Amino acid sequence: MAIEVRIPTILRTYTGGEKSVTGSGSTLADLLADLDTRHPGLRERIVDDKGLRRFVNVYVNDEDVRFLAGLDTPVKDGDTVTVLPAVAGG
Amino acid sequence: MLVIDKSIYDAIVAHARRDHPDEACGVVAGPVGSDRPVRFVPMTNAARSPTFYEFDSADLLRLYREMDERGEEPVIIYHSHTATEAYPSRTDVSYASEPNAHYVLVSTRDPDTVEFRSFRIVDGSVTEEEVRVVPALDVNSETRNS
Repeated sequence: MAIEVRIPTILRTYTGGEKSVTGSGSTLADLLADLDTRHPGLRERIVDDKGLRRFVNVYVNDEDVRFLAGLDTPVKDGDTVTVLPAVAGG
Repeated sequence: MLVIDKSIYDAIVAHARRDHPDEACGVVAGPVGSDRPVRFVPMTNAARSPTFYEFDSADLLRLYREMDERGEEPVIIYHSHTATEAYPSRTDVSYASEPNAHYVLVSTRDPDTVEFRSFRIVDGSVTEEEVRVVPALDVNSETRNS
């Protein structure tokens, strides 16, 4: 099974500079846990003890997972997951 | 140093003035690695607030996909402050996530004065840089049509 995960510039230190990595899992939570076994620390930049971090956006294909099922969003072979830090400030 | 052409500089200031008293925000995209801000992309501030800005998450995805397809990156990420100086706030610093971008701040607190400043924000550290406004950016571009 291969799910492509697109990694933003600021998180490529966890992927050896790669802008795309692959992983597997049946939910986003599983996928992130899987990625973390090969890219330690990556998951913690996306998830904290309350769930998905507020200012990190995660999409499965074209949808922000906040409008799907969050960390329980199902993922499958051939899906593309994109991580984009929010562009925000005050 | 930020080198920016006059038409884009003017477009950023005009956007900030137009959205006042809400914060305005957007990017200026350019070819990856070029440090040339050539494509002005004003964005909607989903927060619609005088003290906070955030790109709508669907707009953000569309923007990044488009830049990816065009071989671009965000050379400038700009936003305005409507009552305070054109200097990154603590919030601006903690959310800055594009280490290669020039973070441009425009203040619209005074209708008669333009405050336009640029900064690098890397690993929580802010460094102001000179802004050089030029009449046209592509003077030395090999892709320029003559």
